[in-house]
Order: sequence, then structure tokens, then C-alpha cells
Amino acid sequence: MIDKKILDEHSLTVEEYKRIVQLIGREPNITELGIFSLMWSEHCSYKSSKMHLKKLPVRGKNVIQGPGENAGIIDIGDGMAAVFKIESHNHPSFIEPYQGAATGVGGILRDIFTMGARPIALLDSLRFGPLSKPRNKTVMDGVISGIAGYGNSIGVPTVGGDVYFNSCYSLNPLVNVFCLGIAEKDKIFYAKAEGAGNLVLYVGSKTGRDGIHGATMASAEFGEDLEQKRPNVQVGDPFKEKLLLEACLEIMARDLVVGIQDMGAAGLTCSTTEMAAKSGSGMEIDLDLVPQREEGMTPYEIMLSESQERMLIVAKKDKVREVQEIFSKWDLDAVIIGHVSDGDRLKVKAGGDIVVDIPVDAVVNLCPVYERESVIPSYMESATRLDPLPLMENYDQTFLKLLSSPTLADKEWVYRQYDHMVQVNTALLPGGDASILRLKNKKKALAVALDGNSLYSYLNPRTGGKIAVAEACRNLACVGARPVGVTNCLNFGNPEKPEIMWQFKEVIEGIAEACKTFDIPVTGGNVSFYNDTEGISVFPTPVLGVVGIIEDMNKALTPGFQEEESSVILLGENKDELGASEYIKHVFNMEKGHAPQIDLNKERQIHEFCLEAIALELIESAHDVSEGGLAVCLAECSFFSRQKIGFSLNLHDDIPPDALLFGETQSRIVVTAKDGNSKKLLELAEKRKVKATEMGKTGGGRMIISHLDKKIIDVSINEAYKAWKESIPEVFRIR
Amino acid sequence: MKFGVVIFPGSNCDYDTYYVLKDIMKQETTFLWHKEHDLKNVDCVILPGGFSYGDYLRSGAIAKFSPLMLEVVEFANKGGLVLGICNGFQVLMELGLLPGAMLRNKNLKFLCQHVHIKVENNKTLFTRKGKKGQVLKIPIAHYEGNYIAPPDTIQELKANDQIILRYSDAEGHLSEEANVNGSLESIAGLVNTSGNIMGMMPHPERASEIILGSEDGKIIFDSIINKLA
Repeated sequence: MIDKKILDEHSLTVEEYKRIVQLIGREPNITELGIFSLMWSEHCSYKSSKMHLKKLPVRGKNVIQGPGENAGIIDIGDGMAAVFKIESHNHPSFIEPYQGAATGVGGILRDIFTMGARPIALLDSLRFGPLSKPRNKTVMDGVISGIAGYGNSIGVPTVGGDVYFNSCYSLNPLVNVFCLGIAEKDKIFYAKAEGAGNLVLYVGSKTGRDGIHGATMASAEFGEDLEQKRPNVQVGDPFKEKLLLEACLEIMARDLVVGIQDMGAAGLTCSTTEMAAKSGSGMEIDLDLVPQREEGMTPYEIMLSESQERMLIVAKKDKVREVQEIFSKWDLDAVIIGHVSDGDRLKVKAGGDIVVDIPVDAVVNLCPVYERESVIPSYMESATRLDPLPLMENYDQTFLKLLSSPTLADKEWVYRQYDHMVQVNTALLPGGDASILRLKNKKKALAVALDGNSLYSYLNPRTGGKIAVAEACRNLACVGARPVGVTNCLNFGNPEKPEIMWQFKEVIEGIAEACKTFDIPVTGGNVSFYNDTEGISVFPTPVLGVVGIIEDMNKALTPGFQEEESSVILLGENKDELGASEYIKHVFNMEKGHAPQIDLNKERQIHEFCLEAIALELIESAHDVSEGGLAVCLAECSFFSRQKIGFSLNLHDDIPPDALLFGETQSRIVVTAKDGNSKKLLELAEKRKVKATEMGKTGGGRMIISHLDKKIIDVSINEAYKAWKESIPEVFRIR
Repeated sequence: MKFGVVIFPGSNCDYDTYYVLKDIMKQETTFLWHKEHDLKNVDCVILPGGFSYGDYLRSGAIAKFSPLMLEVVEFANKGGLVLGICNGFQVLMELGLLPGAMLRNKNLKFLCQHVHIKVENNKTLFTRKGKKGQVLKIPIAHYEGNYIAPPDTIQELKANDQIILRYSDAEGHLSEEANVNGSLESIAGLVNTSGNIMGMMPHPERASEIILGSEDGKIIFDSIINKLA
């Protein structure tokens, strides 16, 4: 008998239950209820976000597959396609950092190779609480080890990403994992279950009791019962997945499958119902045939298990033998557990009895959709107010302090734990603006950037959404890549709270507007709600993953200064904006003010200009101005240069020195040009109506910035480098 | 010159090594499947990097039982050229073809980075294209690369000039800092006493094209090719 208590345990409302009864024409049994609860969870159904996500532009001439499949696909020419997606694994990573992050990597990899693509790169966007708290250090250490443990073993390089620190993530760390794969354009596979009589094969690891209720867990707030949720986290086996990856790509190369779907969140439930629903078919499976690693599992447990490294394959009868031979070569089982049927029902047998008999359409497509209430958060008014800050005589110490802020400091301690070079395609090592993957024996290359500043989104969600897109595209422009597709991971608190819903709606509007202005389609992504623990919600955190194409790999640029005596030129305009900056956060311990403004058309103009200058080979380095402002951007240009080349600049802007140095005004790129080219560059800028200002020259062993002929920063590179380089390792030093 | 690159379940530098040998070094190259008993008449066997059998139990410990290893050992004992890179080096030690073992890196973290290694002996079939004392820039990527062996083994290695590559700084000086993983004697690469079997932790296949930051790895492959040309 299903009562309120059981519904609560399944995160279903009474209204939702009534709808289930109506849709199937009777009361569901407990296994059927479990299936509905998973597929109707926020995580799987997008019931609170669906109507807002519709605002995102999803079409474009190069889009092969938009949202709705395992991953998005973009045509990149030469008969090739880029297959990519980003997904969150936030909740599991807090409960069990190593396994939570590791299985996040495993999950996104399966999403990519399910479609017939070989994964070529992983990137991660990570958000942790301040490292002054031991618990946050433990979480960060575990998450990074988990990503490394999985990605390194399976042999997909982790080539980049970002890490931010903010106290809102202390109880809700965010782990967003992006994966990019490459496929032949005409060899893409989908989650189809067509053709009655075709056989359903279960491949990969055996099913255990791990991960039951994972998707429902990701769809509720955490209280103080976290330790009890540990068994809900799955355990990853990268070795098994490596075998699965090779075996799946082999059967796909030989054209042996009708459809294929990974068993990620919601396991067997999701793969059977989705594959059938997408093809308008039914499916019959027998749970007695499902390989199990524990005894006495109930149908409920088998259907809801989220054991990792499993896939469901639909194959024609006469091809099954060949499929099984290939899996056997890789020491994997491929077991027939059922078949595709006419009609529209999922029928599940166990012990000779029918234990599930429900229409797949109801499970997959008829979940209620909610337009939840939204209201402007009450914090907005006071948080956006910023009183004038004291000015200083010189900013040397402040500058050093800012460089050692963990959010800005060097992340080598993180990325050297990741194998970022395997597959020999990594043409730009981590740490730069974007990651570059060369395509073997091709002139062109791919670039990827992840971005998302949540403090901006907290103080102005719409602007935060726009900036996340703009900055990722700006990062791509800096290496010489033109953006072709976007995937997003939207991390928010509880959507049942109107203030959270408002943030969500605003962020989506911002992202949509930016994508339209830059003319890039959103090909999919992931929404992660309920990032709240003990009543504290994370800042609204959209993470944008943008993929771009570099037409000529030989022209790609890096952020570091290339030589002495080059002109240092600012594209864009300095403004008097300090709100939401890392400067006021780290130096004054405030999260206040207005997020930087952004004019998307101007932003695009800057990208276009940068790309043109790179194509004409007028510039030799480019680096975008972001967190930490102009001063930190320039410092990074020195740090990234091979010889640690310094600079001496004189700025004439009529704005206060603090905003000039550390303000995070958008639409700015610092480039360098050799003597002969700088004049040409400035002329071209005038023609293109882009503001370009020569600020000074590279050279020497110091970083010198003057404002109206007065030095406001003058520090040695070695000292600055030390502050930036040693900040994070120092926190984790074994004493 | 024909190279064979072994694929164990869990190998992940197999394609990289194959690609570099075939497309960059322009050599005839074939894959060798671990379950078979056929070396396909290759002149040099390469055990590539990766996580054979997930590195479960101990790096390389299960791979040594792969069927093909019977042929590899026989080939090696007859003087055939065998190069083990990273995980392949670990497998060679498990097979007893090279002395020693690997501990976890001294900082107890996986390390992926460019390092400098110094050619200590250029009179081997694997380093003859290098100069003695030459410093190569080649990346490492491992968790267990902290070389260890009993004192008498180390004495023998030194006496026979078997330590052919050492971690150093860019100028070729040895130091604790440059010895990133904590290996005894800063050992990055070894040969057996007969000089036909080599193991190295750095990945020469990741340093064979300028676009990836270094071409120094080609010195290793060129040395091998020269021998057999």
C-alpha cells in the first residue's frame, strides 16, 4: 500500500502520485513507483526548468544534434563532428568526494562514447569553500584525486577547467565535468530501440545495490543526515569503463548496433524507458537475466541501481553473436535480457512474474511541468550597494595579496595531478585562456573554454549569465578560435524557493541573449537544483562550456608575452567598476556592488577584432582581462611567458587607480605586437571602431604600472610569481 | 624496421606510440594483442604506458601473466629489442627483465609534467643518437615512478653503466627538487646488462612533435631505428 510516507521517501507529491495512477489506470506497485520517482525526479525530468530552457537558442547550421540526446553534436567540417556535454556531480562529491567526482567523470565519458565518439578531452569546473576550513581542503583533495584517478586511468586527458573558492560552497561543492569527443559525421549512434524483435543486450559491470536513489538524492536538499547518504554514492571502476569504451567503439565501427544508451543516473530504468519512448516502441526484459553481483536483489533494487560502467544495447538478432564476440575479446559480458516489442509498454519480468507493466511515454514524457513562483531576492538591494573604498598610495602589497588569492593563484597543483597529455593532442598546456586540442594530420584544431563567475550571478543573475558566455567566447578568441557550440551546467539552490527560481530565470535569459548575439547554439547541458545544505544555497552558478574551431593551428596564440620590447596593447576600455570583484572580496572581504556591465555587441566586436588580428598575424600573444582585473591579467602574461618577461606601462584613464588596476570591466583583451605590427594593429582598430590603446612595452624583470606618470605598482616578477605560484601548494603542504 | 606495440587491457598510450612511430618516425608499426602468441616478426617490441588491468593489485603485476608475455620474454632473452615506457617499464620489472620496483611518488600524488632528463650513457641502442650529458625535455605522467632497488642492485647498475637516464634540472644538475618522484639515484631509465631491454618512466612519444612542446623524445626512437636500419 502506497502512503504519504512512501511518497515522501520517493520525493513525489500527492498530486504527482494521482497523476501516475491516472496515467497507468491503477495503483502502481512499489517497483513501478520507484521507476516513476526516478524518471520524474528533477534530475531526470527537468520539471522545474523545462519551460525556461526553451528560451535558449538551439538551432544553427552546423548543429547535428541539439538538446535531448546524451550529448550535443556539431559539424566541424572534414567529415568530422564534435560531440560534447557538461554535467554536474555535486551532491555525490560532497558526500564522498573521491568516488563522487570519479563517477562524475565516468558518467560524462559514457555520454560521449555512447554516441560513437572517442572522448579526447575532459575539463572540470570546480567550486569549493575557503581552504581555511579543513573540511573544504579534504573535499577539494578528494575531488581532484577522484577526477585524476578516473580520467588518468581511462586515458582521456583532463586539459583544463577552473576552480573558484567561496564560502557558499562550503557545504555544497560543485563538480561540473565537461567532455569532448570526436566522431565521424556519418557514424553517430543514438539511444534508439527500433524494430520489434530486436534484442536488448546488457553490457559491462554487474548490477549491485550501489547508487540506489542517486537521482532522487540529487533532487532534494541535504539536511544533517549526510553520512547516511554515503551508500547512495556509486563506486567507479575506470578500468572496466576503458574496456567498455573500446568494445563499444569497436561494435559501432562495425555497424552492429541499432541503438545504444548508457546506464547513468536512474540506471536500467532510464535506459529502457528512454530508448523505447524515443522510438515509439515497447520493451520486455527479464531481470533474472541481468548480471548481478549481490544475492537476493529485489526487482525494485535492480531497476533503480546506479551501478557504474553499464550500457544497454539494441541489436538485430543476426548481429548479436558478433557483438558478444567483441565484448568477450575485451573480457566483458554482453547478455541478452529482453527484446524490443510492438506497442508502448515496458514489461519487466522477475521470477517468472510480470513485475512492471507501464506505458513508457507516461514515464518519460508525461511528468508534470512546473512554472514555479519567482521573486526578486531580498538581499539584492543591500548587496549591490557598495560604499567608496579607501584609495592607497601604492598597490604593491595589495597586488601581491591578490595574486595569492586561491581563486586567482596558479592551479598547477591541481592540473599536474591530471594526465593532461595522453592522446598526444594537447597543444596548449592547462593554465591558459582555453584548452587547445590539435586534430592529428589536420590544419585545424579545437579549443574549449569553461566559465562561470557566480559572484556576478549572485549580484545580477542576468548579467552573470551573459558574462559567462561572453568570457568563454573571449577566451576562445584569445587563442584564435571561433565558437561553434555551447553546453551549460546550471547549478542552483532549491527551485521551490521563489528567490532561487528568479535567479534561474534571469540567468537563462542572460545566457540566451548572449548566445543569440554571438550566434552560437546551445546543444545541451544539465540543470542541478537543490544545491542547498542546512538551508544555505549556493550562489547561482551557471558554467558555460564553449567549443571553438581554430582554422589554422599554426596561428594559434598563447597568453604569455613572447619577447622583450613588444608593444602591450589593450583592446577595449577601462571603466570605473569595482563591484563583485575579486579585489573587494579578497582584500576587503565583501561580496558586494554591481556586477560589471556588459554590452554584448561591443563584446562581439572585440572577439571579431582579436580573431582578425590573429589571422593577419599582427599580434603575438593575447590574454583576456577577467577576475583580478587588468593588473592580474598583465601579471599572468608575464608568468606564462617562457622567460618571465616583465613590463612597464603608463595608463592615462581618468578613473581611480583601484578600479583601473583591479576592476573587472568586461570586453577587454591584452595583446602584444612587434614594433612594425603595432601601428598596423592600431590602424585596423580605428577602421573597425574598436578601442585599442598602447599602454607600454614588455621587457625587464619588473612589473611596472604607472597611472598618469606616477608608479602605482612596481614589483619584481620573482616576488609576484612566488605569491601566485605557491599559494595553493602551501595550503596542501604535508607537514 | 618493424615495431610492435602491445595492447594490454587498460593500455592507454598504445595509440599514441603507434601514431608517433608510424606517422612521425615513418616506421612500419603494428599492434600486438596481449591474448595472442604472435609477435608478427617485429624487430622491436614496445610495452606502452597506461593502466594495464587498471593497475589493480600493483602496477604491471597482472599484465605479466598476459599470454603474449611468454613470447616477449623469449624474444628479449634472445636479444630482441624491448622498450617499456611508464607502465611498460613497470611490466618489465614485474617480468624480471629489469631489476627494481616502483613506489608511489614522494609527494603521494599523480604527477603529469614536463621534466628534464639527462643522458648518462649514450652507448646504448636506445640512446646512441644522444650526447652524453645531454638534457632532454620529456613529460612524465605517473603515480608510481619512485624507483627503488636493494643497495647491491644499485651498485651493479652503476658498475655496468645501466642507469642511462636521470632526472635533472635544465642544466643537467641532479638535485632533490629535480628528482620529482623521489627515485633512488634519480633514475628515470635503465637498460638490462645485455643492453637490449630498456625501461623509462618519461614518455618519449609525448615529446616527438614541436606542437606538443618538445621533440626530444625522438632521440630515443631514432636511436632504436638507427640500430636496425
